[in-house]
Amino acid sequence: MKKLRFATLWLDGCSGCHMSLLDLDQRLLDLADMVDFVYSPLVDVKIFPEGVDVACVEGAVSSAEDEEKLRMVRRRTGLLIALGDCAVTGNIPAMRNVLGGQKILQGVYLEREHLNAQIPASHLPALNEHALPLHRFVPVDFFIPGCPPSADTLFAALGALVAGRAVDLPALTRFGA
Amino acid sequence: MTQREALQQQAEQRQQVLDAFSHHLLVCAGLGCLHNDEIIKALRKEIAAQGLEQQILVRKAGCMGLCALGPLVLVLPDAVYYQTVTPQDAGEIVAALGKEPVQRLLLPADLPFFSKQQKKVLALSGRIDPENIDDYLAAGGYASAVNAITAMSPPEILRIVGESGLRGRGGAGYPTGLKWATVAQAAGERKYLICNADEGDPGAFMDRSVLESTPHAVLEGMLIAAYAVGAHTGFIYVRAEYPLAVKRLQLAIREAERNRLLGQGVCGTSFDFTVQLRLGAGAFVCGEETALIESIEGRRGTPRPKPPYPAENGLWGSPTLINNVETYANIPLIIARGAAWFAAQGTEQSKGTKVFALTGRIKHAGLVEVPMGMTLREIVFEIGGGIPDGHAFKAVQTGGPSGGCIPAEHLDAPISYESLSALGSIMGSGGMIVMDDTSNMVDIVKYFMEFCMEESCGKCVPCRVGTAQIHSLLQKFCDRQASADDLAALETLCDLVKTTSLCGLGQSAPNPVLSTLKYFRQEYLDRMADPSGPHQEGQL
Amino acid sequence: MTPIPPHPPETAQTLNLTINGRQVSAQAGETILEAARANDIFIPTLCFLEGLSAQGSCRLCMVEIAGSAKLHPACVTRIQEGMEVTTETERLRDYRRNIIELLFSERNHVCAVCVASGHCELQDLASELGVDHISFPCRYPTLAVDASHRRFVLDHNRCILCTRCVRVCAEIEGAHTWDVKNRGIRSLIMADFDAPWGDSETCTGCGKCVHVCPTGALFEKGLAVAEMRKQRPALPTLVANRATEQR
Repeated sequence: MKKLRFATLWLDGCSGCHMSLLDLDQRLLDLADMVDFVYSPLVDVKIFPEGVDVACVEGAVSSAEDEEKLRMVRRRTGLLIALGDCAVTGNIPAMRNVLGGQKILQGVYLEREHLNAQIPASHLPALNEHALPLHRFVPVDFFIPGCPPSADTLFAALGALVAGRAVDLPALTRFGA
Repeated sequence: MTQREALQQQAEQRQQVLDAFSHHLLVCAGLGCLHNDEIIKALRKEIAAQGLEQQILVRKAGCMGLCALGPLVLVLPDAVYYQTVTPQDAGEIVAALGKEPVQRLLLPADLPFFSKQQKKVLALSGRIDPENIDDYLAAGGYASAVNAITAMSPPEILRIVGESGLRGRGGAGYPTGLKWATVAQAAGERKYLICNADEGDPGAFMDRSVLESTPHAVLEGMLIAAYAVGAHTGFIYVRAEYPLAVKRLQLAIREAERNRLLGQGVCGTSFDFTVQLRLGAGAFVCGEETALIESIEGRRGTPRPKPPYPAENGLWGSPTLINNVETYANIPLIIARGAAWFAAQGTEQSKGTKVFALTGRIKHAGLVEVPMGMTLREIVFEIGGGIPDGHAFKAVQTGGPSGGCIPAEHLDAPISYESLSALGSIMGSGGMIVMDDTSNMVDIVKYFMEFCMEESCGKCVPCRVGTAQIHSLLQKFCDRQASADDLAALETLCDLVKTTSLCGLGQSAPNPVLSTLKYFRQEYLDRMADPSGPHQEGQL
Repeated sequence: MTPIPPHPPETAQTLNLTINGRQVSAQAGETILEAARANDIFIPTLCFLEGLSAQGSCRLCMVEIAGSAKLHPACVTRIQEGMEVTTETERLRDYRRNIIELLFSERNHVCAVCVASGHCELQDLASELGVDHISFPCRYPTLAVDASHRRFVLDHNRCILCTRCVRVCAEIEGAHTWDVKNRGIRSLIMADFDAPWGDSETCTGCGKCVHVCPTGALFEKGLAVAEMRKQRPALPTLVANRATEQR
């Protein structure tokens, strides 16, 4: 059987979902038997390749750069999975949405900083007004809620997807789980 | 002398007084006609100056209907209408009495606005002084109530109202006779009567006008209803935004009490009926009957689940008859002329006449009364005089903010509860807003959705959050940011809000969207960011 | 908030009906929800709580009744002889999912940092109904957190306006500290005449509101994420005892 080309992407999130992936421990080897890791913050590849079968995206979309990356991933990927609450609902990054992008920058970098207070601007992507879940930008094929989804959840969900089996996700995870 | 004879005598005396004058000048004195006080003063001054006080009587009267050309002055017995009268016109008007009318102010005698109407409920509107009970008595007022209470049995009245086929004029069109019979049969020592005068639809002023023009007709209808169902306490729940209606109702209640038509022992019988006013504080949802009841009880005006219906479990848990202003105003006519007379007008399912407030992009905006079954085309183009400034008709919205928008291809539909509902709209209480080719349907629908969102009480989830979500989606269309997914979401939400909301406000709030999606879909498609692109949402 | 009229007393007439094709019997005067629960048939609810007046406002318990085109809220619809009730259809599930999604979209529900996570009825229902994302855009309103009370906190961000707190306070505790201010999407729970909770002159500090709240909107101070376990006061018992006393 041809192995699926598998990728993960890390946008505005704490990387906890990727930690859950690492928490698979020895089952990482089982996963490696099923898929080829062609792109991930966990592997040493710099460019997201064409023809990816499955991509798991962690984190909310918070900046123009996130948005651009996500659209590129969507174009190059067959099955797009929103991995974890930030990608699914916006979650913690979206807690700033009640204030808006400019206000949060001012609050963090100007109002609380007494020494050389400035909003970092050069070489940084512009912050969007709101941090939003993936499906506000591109179609998402599968949602795995959880903060983070546990290693067991990931293994069950990814295993089922690769094998083409149905999976009862609500039994495994939920918002905030 | 019995009370009945006393009233008779009072009416005759008033008629003699009125008959002594050779001419009557009736000045429209509704809330919408400005400067009518000054017009009355100017006319009286002019008449006094010429020493004609014994020949010419100037009276304030209720609404004459043609608000677009108001203030109107009606000259009797000539039946001549003067339009857009100002106090400066007084001299000319008085001078012309008994001679050629003032051409400059004259309304054409054969204006379809008047000739096509069939005024029944509004027959006395603009013909009598609303602040004088004797005027109403002289016109035959309270004869039905006196007759009903002294000579008829409650079951007899219930039978007549049932046979007339009258349906509730507040919007839903529930058979009035059935509702009355339910209240009459309901177990309970104490029963209440409520008149719903919380007219809140944008562009609607039917009830305001009836209350301002013939407050006694509403009281008379309530009196007959109270006697028929066995209620002894009645409430009129009227918007505080209708100060003139409130003032005239207060006066009418006082005058009716003084004449023993309300209070203890009505008309010398053992029947007691008192009426109190309750003022609404500006919540549209209080027009919904159960929210209105909560409000009278002193609580936050939010609707209750139905059943139980107010007829069985209403005000303070007692059986309660709640009808709209126009419904009550129809009752004295039905009692006076009989069920068959009433049932002979209108259509098979919708009997009688209906009052509409004709507004929007139309020449002769105003208050009209037409038999059920008249087509929209006749109302808009004949009575309403068509669209001004050479524009083309686009749609007419019936039934207030939650009515549907009916396009030109259905102009020949007859006005009835069934046909309007089949077209995706509602009769509602009688608002009728005409739109022309300059109107953009998405903008209009967004306005109405904003109204429903603002006026949602917030009790049930679909209406509270759903109207807000629909409103933001419509905003995206207005901003040309909407996607095909947004269109799908709009339809999903409309279905949800319509099907699952607790009360009529939410259940009908999506009507403008649904009807325009049906008849004017292209306007939504034209306002999408890219009709073919599935996902181009970006920022909120 | 008017309680639905009390059950007809001691007539104890048994009615037969079917729920999801199953023959069940229940006492006249009972609601569809009561009949269903007595027969272990699950109907989702949020505003309903046994012991409080039912108000039919969350619209999650809508069911189909044969012969009626409309949907009916099970918590306030009385059973009738021969009634055929369906509580689970694709259409009903879709509506329920949509309602849950509307609630999530309305305010700032962040389960990951909520004291009630794992013990929240909104979270549970989302899971139960298979809501795995919020298809409507979230509104992100700016809402206050009232921590003025010595022992409790009211976080409007997590409130779903079920008014259980309002009802338990008015109907059981008899204090009527809570009510709703504003209307529509701007509705907010308020103490007294819009006083900070800590300044309320009527609040007895009994904490019933905290424990009937289905989400983390009302919670005890000093608890961290997922630590707020709600202990429902024994409302039916309280109500029953009170009724006995009154007699």
